[in-house]
This record gives sequence, C-alpha cells and structure tokens, in this order.
Amino acid sequence: MSQIERHQYDVVIIGAGGAGLRAAIEARANGFKTAIICKSLFGKAHTVMAEGGIAASMGNVNSNDGWKVHFRDTMRGGKFQNQWRMAELHAKESPDRVWELETYGALFDRTDEGKISQRNFGGHEYPRLAHVGDRTGLELIRTMQQKIVSLQQEDFRESGDYDARMKVFAELTVVEILKTDGKVSGVLAYYRETGEYVVFEAPAVVLATGGIGKSFKVTSNSWEGTGDGHALALRAGGNLMGMEFIQFHPTGMVWPPSVKGILVTESVRGDGGVLKNSEGRRFMFDYIPAVFKDKYAETEEEADRWYTDADNNRRPPELLPRDEVARAINSEVKAGRGTPHGGVYLDVSTRLSADVIKRRLPSMWHQFKELADVDITLQPMEVGPTCHYVMGGVQVDPDSGAATGVPGLFAAGEVAGGMHGSNRLGGNSLSDLLVFGRRAGVGAAEYVKNLGARPSVPDSEIDRALAIANAPFESNGEENPYALHAELQQMMNDLVGIIRDEAEVQEALDKLEVLKERAAKVKVAGTRQFNTGWHLALDLWNMLLVSEAVAKSALERKESRGGHTRNDYPTMDANWRKWNLLTKWNGKNVELIKEENPLMPRELAELFDVEELKKYLLPEELEQLGMGGH
Amino acid sequence: MGYLAKLRVWRGDKSGGQLVDHSVEVSEGEVVLDIIHRLQATQAPDLAVRWNCKAGKCGSCAAEINGRPRLMCMTRMNTFAEDEEITVTPMRTFPVIKDLVTDVSFNYEKAREVPAFDPPKDLAPGEYRMAQVDVQRSQEFRKCIECFMCQNVCHVIRDHEDNKEAFSGPRFLMRIAELDMHPLDQTDRKNMAQEEHGLGMCNITKCCTEVCPEHIKITDNAIIPMKERVVDNKYDPLVWLGRTITRRKSD
Ligand SMILES: Cc1cc2nc3c(=O)[nH]c(=O)nc-3n(C[C@H](O)[C@H](O)[C@H](O)COP(=O)(O)OP(=O)(O)OC[C@H]3O[C@@H](n4cnc5c(N)ncnc54)[C@H](O)[C@@H]3O)c2cc1C
Ligand code: SF4
Ligand code: SF4
Ligand code: FES
Repeated sequence: MSQIERHQYDVVIIGAGGAGLRAAIEARANGFKTAIICKSLFGKAHTVMAEGGIAASMGNVNSNDGWKVHFRDTMRGGKFQNQWRMAELHAKESPDRVWELETYGALFDRTDEGKISQRNFGGHEYPRLAHVGDRTGLELIRTMQQKIVSLQQEDFRESGDYDARMKVFAELTVVEILKTDGKVSGVLAYYRETGEYVVFEAPAVVLATGGIGKSFKVTSNSWEGTGDGHALALRAGGNLMGMEFIQFHPTGMVWPPSVKGILVTESVRGDGGVLKNSEGRRFMFDYIPAVFKDKYAETEEEADRWYTDADNNRRPPELLPRDEVARAINSEVKAGRGTPHGGVYLDVSTRLSADVIKRRLPSMWHQFKELADVDITLQPMEVGPTCHYVMGGVQVDPDSGAATGVPGLFAAGEVAGGMHGSNRLGGNSLSDLLVFGRRAGVGAAEYVKNLGARPSVPDSEIDRALAIANAPFESNGEENPYALHAELQQMMNDLVGIIRDEAEVQEALDKLEVLKERAAKVKVAGTRQFNTGWHLALDLWNMLLVSEAVAKSALERKESRGGHTRNDYPTMDANWRKWNLLTKWNGKNVELIKEENPLMPRELAELFDVEELKKYLLPEELEQLGMGGH
Repeated sequence: MGYLAKLRVWRGDKSGGQLVDHSVEVSEGEVVLDIIHRLQATQAPDLAVRWNCKAGKCGSCAAEINGRPRLMCMTRMNTFAEDEEITVTPMRTFPVIKDLVTDVSFNYEKAREVPAFDPPKDLAPGEYRMAQVDVQRSQEFRKCIECFMCQNVCHVIRDHEDNKEAFSGPRFLMRIAELDMHPLDQTDRKNMAQEEHGLGMCNITKCCTEVCPEHIKITDNAIIPMKERVVDNKYDPLVWLGRTITRRKSD
C-alpha cells in the first residue's frame, strides 16, 4: 500500500456545501486539524443553487415571529413526522446562525430599518426567509467559502502555511468509509483529475454530501446529487430513516425538454405569482386540505389583500406546503387542464410591474429568457413538479449529529434525516445546514477529544475499498453506465415518483434487482484520468442502493403523508406517524426496520391547539401527553 | 426537428491535443452542454468536462465556443445555424488538465491574497444595520458565480503569462472593490488594489464586462471607481478616459 498517498487528519468532512463548510469551521475552532473533501471545485456545491432564502425567526418584518412559531410551522409542514428535538434546535438556533453570516461578510437584502429583510414562503406563518434577491444559496456558499479563506489567512499569518489547520481537497471523490474494529478510521478517495487514490486516516468523518435527486429523471438537483453519503453510511453500517419522503417541488420548468426540472423558485409565489390552469382558473382554491382549512384564504379577493395586510387576511393557497401544491398541479394536468407542455401556468406578469419582477426575481427572469425564450414580465411560465429534496437520510443523534450505530461517523445537512419529517418547508434547508453543520462539527470534535487511541487503517481495509473502486475497469461485461443511469432515472420517475401504489413500487423493486445485476457488468474504457464514465459507474452503485431504500420504504408505508403519496392509501393515518422506517444494508440488499417515532414533550405539544393535535396524534398519545381530557 | 450538429471538440491533455470532429444529434431547446453530454454518453465516454448545476448558477462549465468564452449550459444550440461548425475549446488562459477541463487554481490563489472582510470588533451579531442603498453596490459584485471567464479573457494575463504573478485579474480586483464598498468593513483598502493586485495594469478595455454571464459591470462599477480612489490617480490618464466614456455614479 506504500504507493498510495496518505493524509492524517482529526476530522474529515465530506462535502463543501453549507453543512460541510459550517462543520469544518467548528471542528477547526475546537482545535482539530480538518480536511474538507468535495467532488467539485470549491464554491460550486449544490447549495449554490438555492434561491429563495434561509428561514430564521428573527422577527425583522413581523415581530410576532419567534422560535415557537417557527417550530410549529416546521412540525406542521412535516406532518408531525419530524424528530421533534431537531425541529426544536433548528427553530431556536437558526437566527444566531444567520446573524453570524453577517459577521462573515454576507450581504442580505435589507428592511427600511436596515435589518435583514425577510420574505414570505409556503408554510411559514410570518415573513421569515432572509434572502438576497433569488440567489441566496450563492450568497451562503460564497460567504462560507470566504470565511474558510479568512481562517486560512489567520493560519498563514501564524504558521506560514494556509493549509496548516484546515485544507480543502477539491475534485476528490470519496469511494468508501474505512473502519477498524467497528469504528471509523478514515476514507478512501480518488482525484478526479488523475484518478489517483488517496487514503485519509481520521477517527471522525462528517457526511455532508447533500441529496439524491439524480436518481430521478426530472430533478432540480445538480450532478452531485447522487446520494453518495446516504450510500456510504449504509455500507458503513448506519441506518437511513424516512427514505420514502421525497419532496417534489411543485414548480420546475417543463419546457424545453433539456431544462425540464430546473427550479422555479417559490419566491415567485411568495411575491405574488399565481397558479392557473388552461381554463384560467386559480385552481389552488380547490385543493385546500381539511387540516389547513382555516389558515388559507377562500376567495381571490382575500388572498390578494394578504400581500399588503397579512395580519387581517389569510394567505393565498398558492402558499400551501409544497406537497399539497405539487399534488394539485399533478391532478390538474391529469384532468386535462394542463398547458401544452404538460404543466400549469405560473404568472407574475399580470401581478407585478416589469421593474419589480426584474429586481426581485432577477435570476428567474434571466433563466426563462435565456433557456426558454419566455419573458416572464410579459408571459406566464409553464411549470410542473420536479424531484427536489430528500427528507430521508442518515439517522443521527439530534444534538450531536452522530450517526446511529457507527462510532466516529456524523452527518449533517440534506444527507441527514429526521429534521423535516415527511415534508420540508422552503428555506428550512439552508438554516438546517448551518444549525446542524455546526452541531456535527462540535459532535465530531467532542468525539475525537474523548477517544483514547486513534484507530489505524489496516491494508486489508484499503484493499476492500480499492476493489470497489476498480471494479468497473475489471468487469468483463458490456453495460454502459450512461445508459443504465438513464434507465434508472426513468424507472424511478415512473414507478416511485410523486404518486405511488403497491404494484408499481413492487415492480420498481424487481427492476432494481435486475439493474443491480447489470450494474455489476458495467465496463468503462480509457484510463482513470478524468474519466467521467468511471465516475458515473461508481455513482451508479450509490444511486441504486439509495433507490432501493426509497422503494422499500415507500412500499411499507401504507398511508399518504407529506412527500409520500400512495394512490391505494390516499389519506394520512395517525397510526403511521408513530413509526419511522429505517433501512439498513446487509451486503446484498436493503432491509427494513420499523422503529417508534418519539413523541414530543408536553411543553412543546402545548404550543398547538388540542384540536390540531388530534389531527395528527392518536388518542392514547394525547393521553400520554396528559392532553387527552375533554 | 432533430438534426445532426457538426461539433469540433478539443481533446487532449498537458502534453498536447487536437480538435476532433463529431456529428451529434440535437433536439429542440438544447444547449451546448446537452450536446457535449450526448457526445459523452454515445461516442466519447471519457470526454472530460466540468459542470454542476446546468442552470447558469455555479459557473463550472465555462469554455470557449467558436473562440468566445461562454457557459456551455447557457448557450442555446439555436443561436447557431444547423450547418454551422461549432468549435468547443477549453479556456485558453489556464493550463489544460484534460479536454475541456482547465487548471483554475490561479484564481483560488489570488482569492487567498485578498484580505478578508473585517467587521467592527464591538458590533455584536444581530446588531448589524445597513441601508439597502449602501449594500446594493457590493451586492452587484456578489452576484459573481466564479466562472472565471473574465479572468480568461483579460489580455493582461491571457497574452502575458508573466503578469500572473502581479495581477489578480478582474474577478479579484472586483472583490477588493466589493469589500471596500461594504458599509461596515474596517480595513483601509484604498491602495491595496494598486500596490498589491496590479490594478494599474488594467487599461479599461472592458473585455471582462463583456463576457460576464451575470452582467456585472466589472469595469465601470468596480475597477474605474477604484482607480479613482487610488491616491495619486490624477497621473493615470486611463481614469480620465474611463470617466469620459462612463457616467460616474454619484458617491
Ligand atoms: C434549485 C434548488 C433551490 C433550492 N432553494 C432552497 C432555498 O431557497 N432555501 C432552502 O433552504 N433550501 C433550498 N434548496 C435546498 C438546499 O439548497 C439543499 O438542500 C442544500 O443546499 C444541501 O446542502 P448540503 O450542505 O447538505 O449539501 P450540498 O450543497 O448538496 O453539497 C454536497 C457536497 O458534498 C460533496 N460530495 C458529495 N458526494 C461526495 C463524495 N462521494 N465525495 C466527496 N464529496 C462529495 C459535494 O461535492 C458537495 O460539496 C434548494 C435546492 C435546489 C436544488
Ligand atoms: S477592463 Fe481591465 S480587467 Fe477588464 S479585461 Fe480589460 S484590462 Fe482586464
Ligand atoms: S465577474 Fe462575471 S465573468 Fe468574472 S468570474 Fe464572476 S461571474 Fe464570471
Ligand atoms: S453547469 Fe453551472 S453554470 Fe453551467
């Protein structure tokens, strides 16, 4: 093994999105030598794409806001499936995390008083999303990137070496987590550029690898969203939780085909855009579900008044949680009231002046103009659902981000599960990245502090990981990774997409077995130097594993809740809220485990009306909370 | 409506390479990056190309298309005639790694040399107050997606490799301007751009502004105001020239 490049670090962070960078800052602040590994160039992680904003109850626009209201909205959005402790920590800590960004140099849009401006978003009771036009993710990633650089400058002043305490390894992909005696001992990775392998020896590894959208045909995710971290955790012996919950964002572009899936930010609706079908009807009024009946406007007049007087009017139904809006669009299109290209209309042109549109939604204006020849100040957009976010992820300890069952492994950000329950509210991801990124950094630091001897990495473990990485060159099959990937994406879209039923999900599981066999016969040509075919062959394994976890969980959950809609079980069932579905890898297949979902303590339950709790909880659960009396 | 496009793609690495002709299918609404991906999936599986978002947001997919720096994901195929030959080459100013992928580490080194945001020591998080009009100027520069096309096109480094040492390029001159205009930044950056980052080498050709996919007015709004601020600016005739061709924003 002597020829392999080796590095020793205290903490290795996989991922340079918001979660990974925040974790890195914290691990270094605790005095640990930290490596940040990412598949792309520094500053390009998927977080860069986030548009609408970051949710934090700072109360700058409406002073009635506070952590309790944010907590309530988050639980409602997730249909009470959330790990309550995560939702609590998130609601309490996100204002501090946003303010901290200003000290790093972020420049958010301002209120008239000079505070951070906050905008409305679906499911949030008050204007809550700090934002910079519609490029908030860019601001977040650049701010964090520049903070990392500033810390490296400090280290340079001290030691003459920028990389002394924290180094970014860009265009390096982790293939496998290495373990010694049941504990994490490092990772194996390869450089994109050269294909050379490198081993990092480290007692703590933080997964911050983002989402899984690239397993679906229509998605808003960048190429990095191949579920690597989810798969790495599975193979390392961790659990995934809630993988049936996938968010289909209601508004993706539908035309032209090559851009199908690219996101149209929810701010378009938050700022006044309305959804109409081909008959010109604002159809969302027809889709307000019973649980939300008293919270949304019933007439267009009331809805329109809300934009200027939110205290005395109810909000427009275009701002219902994403799962509701996505299903409504799906139904309209199925009922034959869709646009020529199979979407619905989203219109701001008749609602806001051209100037306001260009100022508040500059990148949307740009995107439609350049990619679809549509001027959104004059014409409506055509939009439809797109696979956007995975609520499911690595099961972690809420406070420290420690992955269940794998000492030394931590997870934060989109790769971690539990925070968002069955459905994430817009803006709650960026805040999640910072709150739990920081916590995972602390968690990893504490773990390393308390660890006796450092585990060493035996050669046999490296050989095992190398065998996985080299397999696509050594195969004697003929399969093409690009073709297999396309088949997987189509299959997942068709069979485990926005609306599911038993027969289709079962069919998907059968097909996945065949795809797994075929994936073992993928053959790549050329050398390891910047070989995209080889990279995809490795990513493909991860996507297959994750897809199996999704399908297995989706088959098991016999109800409809948030990002999981079953045609054959169309209603939400409080008996199912009690259960979290965990998935585990047994070396050959994904196995399912049902685990009880802890009930929130009484002081948090009291933030809700008993009548509202009854919609989500069982009578015996209310009893348990001491809130069952009439 | 599909047709076969004539694509010439540069293939090679550090040791050299050549343009390779391909004919690739195109369907409606596609961009150059779609065609490169189709080429990869059907004819050249080991073709190296960088991309992430395919939505013009990450700045990964910059290349030269018919000699002009462009984002491949934002260049529609219908901007070319169907029988036109489309040549895709890597950015010229940076060393080639493989095919369309270049070594852009120059930019990351320059980024490290710009002193970071320096907030007031006594201002607690949450206490920051800034007016929208005051943050707007820096916000324009923060739209930068770091595609490095301005760096690629700037003749100061494009044609003179030796200048790379002394010249940070438009992207990072703009970063200094951004921090200088930040309402709360405490560091005096007045002469930094001139003395340490080669501001004086820029002769306001505005090539950088022309290629910027974010339509940032790099020259007018960042570089010229900075040249004006440099203490002995009256000796720089270009500032005078710049002033006459751009209406100066009131400070
Ligand atoms: C178009 C769009 C708009 C959105 N808008 C919003 C919004 O307005 N508000 C909001 O709150 N949320 C929004 N989201 C969701 C949010 O952007 C993401 O959930 C979030 O950015 C994920 O961040 P992350 O830090 O978990 O990971 P990412 O930012 O996805 O980063 C993952 C990192 O892991 C690295 N990585 C992955 N696998 C490997 C591997 N094998 N080896 C090495 N490195 C690896 C990648 O290179 C990358 O650096 C949006 C999402 C999309 C797609
Ligand atoms: S204006 Fe200055 S920085 Fe921009 S391309 Fe010309 S010389 Fe370079
Ligand atoms: S300033 Fe414009 S051209 Fe230059 S790197 Fe930024 S986005 Fe690209
Ligand atoms: S792929 Fe992100 S800008 Fe082109």
